[in-house]
Amino acid sequence: MTFALQFTIDVLSLGGAYALMALGLVIVYGILKLVNFAYGELIMVTGYTLFLMGGSGLPWLVMAAVAVAMAVVTGVLTDYIAFRPVRAKSITAVLITSFAFSTLLQNAALLFISPRPRNVPLPALFSQTVEIAGVITPVRNLVTIAAAVVLLAVFAWAMRRTVLGIAMRAAATNFTMARMLGIPANLIISSAFAISGLLAGVVGILWIGRIGSVVPGIGSEPLLVAFIATVIGGMRSLEGAVLGGFLLALIDTSLNYLLSQELLKFRDAFTFGLVILILLWRPEGLLKGPATGQRT
Amino acid sequence: MLELTDVEVRYGAIRAVRGISLKAEKGELVALLGANGAGKTSTLMCIAGALKAAAGTIRLDGRDVTSATPEAMVRNGVATVTETRDVFPDLTVAENLTLGSYIRRSDRAGVAEDREKMFALFPRLAERYGQPAGTLSGGEQQMLVIARAILSRPRILLLDEPSLGLAPVIVDQIFEMIGVLKRSGLTIVLVEQNAAKALAVADRAYVMRLGRIAASGSAAEIGATTDLGALYLGG
Ligand SMILES: Nc1ncnc2c1ncn2[C@@H]1O[C@H](COP(=O)(O)OP(=O)(O)OP(=O)(O)O)[C@@H](O)[C@H]1O
Ligand SMILES: [Mg+2]
Repeated sequence: MTFALQFTIDVLSLGGAYALMALGLVIVYGILKLVNFAYGELIMVTGYTLFLMGGSGLPWLVMAAVAVAMAVVTGVLTDYIAFRPVRAKSITAVLITSFAFSTLLQNAALLFISPRPRNVPLPALFSQTVEIAGVITPVRNLVTIAAAVVLLAVFAWAMRRTVLGIAMRAAATNFTMARMLGIPANLIISSAFAISGLLAGVVGILWIGRIGSVVPGIGSEPLLVAFIATVIGGMRSLEGAVLGGFLLALIDTSLNYLLSQELLKFRDAFTFGLVILILLWRPEGLLKGPATGQRT
Repeated sequence: MLELTDVEVRYGAIRAVRGISLKAEKGELVALLGANGAGKTSTLMCIAGALKAAAGTIRLDGRDVTSATPEAMVRNGVATVTETRDVFPDLTVAENLTLGSYIRRSDRAGVAEDREKMFALFPRLAERYGQPAGTLSGGEQQMLVIARAILSRPRILLLDEPSLGLAPVIVDQIFEMIGVLKRSGLTIVLVEQNAAKALAVADRAYVMRLGRIAASGSAAEIGATTDLGALYLGG
């Protein structure tokens, strides 16, 4: 019983983080049919913003809010700098500019801050543990679960109940038709990048909360996780990204418990093996999503 | 009101529309006829801003709107019903209609009122309110896209083959609806395969052939002088 609870908390907290990461990536992919390779750097920006505010003496929640806001701003800037100028030209051009933007941000961090890990301010809560029904668990896991539940619920509500959300879902299936109803292309795209930044910012804080410090390459693992989760879940559907995130967390956590000490080194190999099996079974991912998906 | 001068549309090396000029006055219903591949859809999509004109000008009330974006054209009062009947399949009927009134979403009372009018005109849509639009029949989807277009309160409506693939009863219903819209003062450009039906409601007509205007005149003239069969066999 305690094991089941322990396992559930582990899966839900890791899965919540993975799901948010995946959702942030797929919201832009759904609209533009392009992967934003500078997505991981949004997490990096969150981390360094938090680091730079370390000595400011502001309440932690204010610092966290500023860090998330910086991720949102950087997300929208990604569109203006890397996507918008070349969007109409070719897919290859956008892939290259988004890689370039990612490298640029990482190198800026290397150059102006440091290649070494920098500690970020975190509230005491993040290093405390609690006992629930005999299970000792870090409070940050519960914070992650709560944040994921709240954000996913707000996101689902906004996509169904607000005009902008409905317009974004429409634009993801048929961008041109959405524009022919008067929905401005740039508003939709900027909103997608802003939401992507918001999700990355929150996940960034939770992710860095696990590690305690930030390095220039911190975004690469979340980007990979988000990418794999969306591929498993189905690149075209938002629900798929969330499902993929939780499934990936389930696989990772199960392997953590199942594999012996010497095999645990190879956990990623096992994970990828399972991902390949899932894709052989369902090449389009678990959830298909809307039928049309032409690039715009 | 709407005026095209020497408009050309290209897809790479393909010249789909090779310099056409046409006009629609306020309250007029203009039919655009022609064989498959004549360039009718390309012309409409170019007016709607979804395709860029390679040459020529498009004017709306004398103002040059040749390079306007699709969203700007809607704000200019041009609504489009596409040939491919683009409902958003995973959005409900209600959500599709909500997007139809996107540009006037702050006018809540007016939108609600127009919505009721659409439901009176198409009771089927009211019954299917919460259902994903992808699950509607072809005829119902056609009603939905027409209702959706009208909810933007356009001054000009572009209709691309609204009768395509529909049962005769539904086609009659759609044409009756087009008559109602015309009488309400709306300017309509209608592309149709069903030339006889189109000419019956139209004031004037243009016949396109291989990207050019081959004939134009009042609906009665075109009906009398043009061999409609040959028109559609690509003659
Ligand atoms: N996306 C495209 N790429 C290349 N060529 C195209 C494209 N769309 C249309 N064409 C070509 O442009 C020409 C005109 O096409 P258009 O769809 O405008 O004709 P249409 O008059 O609407 O025909 P139909 O009655 O079959 O709908 C055709 O020769 C067609 O093959
Ligand atoms: Mg056509």
